[in-house]
Amino acid sequence: MTEILKFFIGLTVLTGALLSLVTAFGLIRLPDVYTRNHAASKSATLGVMLVLLGTLLYAYQDTGSFHSRLLLGIAFIFMTSPVAGHLISRAAYNSGVKLWGNSVRDDLAKHRKK
Amino acid sequence: MKTNDIILQTVTKITLFVIILFSIYLFFTGHYHPGGGFIGGLMASGAIVLLLLAYDIEMVKAILPVDYRKMIGIGLLFSAGTGAGALLAGKPFLTHAYTYANLPILGKTSLHTAVLFDTGVFLVVIGVTMTIIQTIGESD
Repeated sequence: MTEILKFFIGLTVLTGALLSLVTAFGLIRLPDVYTRNHAASKSATLGVMLVLLGTLLYAYQDTGSFHSRLLLGIAFIFMTSPVAGHLISRAAYNSGVKLWGNSVRDDLAKHRKK
Repeated sequence: MKTNDIILQTVTKITLFVIILFSIYLFFTGHYHPGGGFIGGLMASGAIVLLLLAYDIEMVKAILPVDYRKMIGIGLLFSAGTGAGALLAGKPFLTHAYTYANLPILGKTSLHTAVLFDTGVFLVVIGVTMTIIQTIGESD
């Protein structure tokens, strides 16, 4: 039981760290605000949630104490981080930041013209 | 250009209670774990600031009809009164006392007068932060 739990803890923490790295690469490599926001708000949320889950399980198997604050933190990040991404993206669109040159669809602009 | 804030407002309605609950947790855990009146008060005023971001200032005043300047005064009275209470018992100023009580639901609980002092700190921190933010927000 403990060994399986240890393996699972390592897996979640390492996957979370890898997803955070993917976020950083996405922020560097992607061309415009919206695609960068897509990378940042999705993979960073899941990465941080996985690291927090690993921490929760580690504290449980190490000392037997269940830290409900970490569970609350997971739920809180899951609720707020995509909304923060949405607000940044909408603020960028409303202040007239252009899409990437090769983009083919902008439904919101068509809808606003009506 | 027509926009609305419905996503921000809905998430604010849910997360507000989580933040308030966590600030109360930080306030009561301050004696044995990291936390206390200062950080609890800051987090409670952070929840009110989130409400101010999602709604306008008039609506927040209608939701929470609190005069934050009076709140500073009440908090200072709490802290000074806790200190002066020791004088009545013939001890030096700010001497705290504690006792163990058997409360109906909670069981054996230690009641400490430092909690009353911390309540004063909590109220003063909320009052000062919200006074600063509302004064800056209102001056056009």
